[in-house]
Amino acid sequence: MKNQVTSFEIGLLEHESHNSPFWIMVRKEIGGHIRSWRFIILLILIGLTFWGAMYVSMSNIKAVVADIYDPDQMFLYLKLLTTTEGTLPPFHVFLNFLGPLLGISLGFDAINSEQQSGTLTRIMAQPVYRDNLLLSKFVSALILISILFFALVFLMIGYGIVLTGVLIELEEILRILSFTIICIMYIGFWLGLSILLSIRFRQAATSALTAIGIWLFLTVFYQIIVNMIVRALVPSSHVLTQNEVRHYNEILLSFLRLAPSQLYTDATNTLLMPSIRSLSPITMEEMAGAIPTPLSFLESLLIVWPQITGLIASTVTCFALSYYLFMRREIRS
Amino acid sequence: MDNPIIELKGLTKCYGTLKAVDDLNLSIQKGEIFGLLGPNGAGKTTTILMMLGLTEPTSGSVNVCGYNATTNPISVKRKVGYMPDSLGFYDNMTALENLIYIGELNGIPSSAVRGKAIEMLRLVGLKQDDLNKKTSEYSRGMKQRLGLADVLIKQPDVIILDEPTLGIDPAGVKDFLELIRTLSRKQKLTVLLSSHHLHQVQQVCDRVGIFVGGKLLVEGNLDTLSKNVFNNKSYEVQVTVQDDPNMVRKHHAEILTLESVQEVLLKDQTIDVVCSRDVTPDIVRFFVAKGFNIAGVQKKQYGLDDVYQKYFENNLTERNQQ
Repeated sequence: MKNQVTSFEIGLLEHESHNSPFWIMVRKEIGGHIRSWRFIILLILIGLTFWGAMYVSMSNIKAVVADIYDPDQMFLYLKLLTTTEGTLPPFHVFLNFLGPLLGISLGFDAINSEQQSGTLTRIMAQPVYRDNLLLSKFVSALILISILFFALVFLMIGYGIVLTGVLIELEEILRILSFTIICIMYIGFWLGLSILLSIRFRQAATSALTAIGIWLFLTVFYQIIVNMIVRALVPSSHVLTQNEVRHYNEILLSFLRLAPSQLYTDATNTLLMPSIRSLSPITMEEMAGAIPTPLSFLESLLIVWPQITGLIASTVTCFALSYYLFMRREIRS
Repeated sequence: MDNPIIELKGLTKCYGTLKAVDDLNLSIQKGEIFGLLGPNGAGKTTTILMMLGLTEPTSGSVNVCGYNATTNPISVKRKVGYMPDSLGFYDNMTALENLIYIGELNGIPSSAVRGKAIEMLRLVGLKQDDLNKKTSEYSRGMKQRLGLADVLIKQPDVIILDEPTLGIDPAGVKDFLELIRTLSRKQKLTVLLSSHHLHQVQQVCDRVGIFVGGKLLVEGNLDTLSKNVFNNKSYEVQVTVQDDPNMVRKHHAEILTLESVQEVLLKDQTIDVVCSRDVTPDIVRFFVAKGFNIAGVQKKQYGLDDVYQKYFENNLTERNQQ
């Protein structure tokens, strides 16, 4: 009888600790990231940025909240995230640049470094599915980023409550949380892209450079090129009617929105500034009757829904391509 | 004996137009140590990868431990331990952590995996203070031992070692092969090891297959293999003279007319005579009769290395002719 009991206990124990290989891989990846210098440096960088942005907005918060002409004046915590005096961009704008860097640096050597060092063959000879490795790389980095951003944002809220004594409202919590989720999705896109490149290129340096190249192109050159083309093709604004100008502007914007950074900017601006009610140009007639009041959270979310869908879609595309490349790939080094 | 643990049937793998493995048939019995011998690029690693389901064969089938490796690779990988030729470990982790990770991936419960890993590392002869060293500090030989522990921790039925002796010094090779042999005998493991060093492999293998250009040329245990060698192989006598090489050349055709002589190779002052029977006295008598000053006569003995060499040479010349 006693034997039976112990064997039953062992069985339970085994069942409990018998984690699926996928989560074991995720755990190992997270451990590897946390102990790496790369992540520590990025952590410091993001932390400093956040602290700097907060410091600037904290010192200006009084003036901003007192501004009665601003429809968003009541949203103290949103103001904390967006206020700036001009020396330092607000946190979400900063993140537009830093986010890709974070995503790229966590993913650029995901697969090729394993292949180079010969660990890939060894892991693939274990009874694990091939896609588990790929997925674990993505999920582990995403978990790390999520923890980092949620921690930063909650720290900010807590600090704000302690400092000002103003309690946060549900509306603000929802907006800030969805802002955080969009940040994570944006970084997720770059992570997916860099993992894709790490499969495509055998040298880690090549994939890192390519990823940075794509990032620079999308944030700097893409806008210049689109503007140039539009300027060359569209007749001068003197001969156009107002409706035509608006139409061309919308075309320009939809081309710009092919870049994920534009999607990110649109989405975060709308969520953090409740008074933004449209992301496309508005005519004077439409503006005429409007009272400058903040939108509700759901309305803001509705405006940025296409942006969110776009970000998710581009991440999924990257990931699907990674699967396609990796599943049939020869793994010998 | 009818139920082989590894069975390859008509296995073919093409990379573009190159046939890396060409219609390979091979079966290996349980408990055997099989040596797969062949030069670099013979298709050994490709064959091994197909056995593990890591590469899909172009045609043919692979059965390992009763599972089809192509359609059911996970079940095969549960039973088979594989040590690749370019062994790599996570350098930022210690040897023990590396091993625990592999153990966990194989479904060993986390309460037991640590003890098991330490036991395995002892078994392959790593010292206590090496366990907590980062693997980046490990020497090649130590890595090889860690690789073996890595293979054994999942308690496999079959272990496949790809070039296990690559890059270890001769003393290390001997130790390592001895270790594999004792482990295999003790735990009734089937071992498949690939190598391009015959004399290393012949120390441990029960059966050897010589694998060149994607084809298995000969297969058998060492006794039959060496018998084959001495049966098929003709004798070779090397005569060294002190005379002008041109003088020898004149008699070239005449030497060939001697009984049983198949081939005569001239090189400066040495004459290699290949014959189907041992006719050394006749050859010496011939040279003496012609008035040559013989400086030395040497009858060549064939070892397995020569056979192996011979197979490779044949293959190379065939390929060149194509």
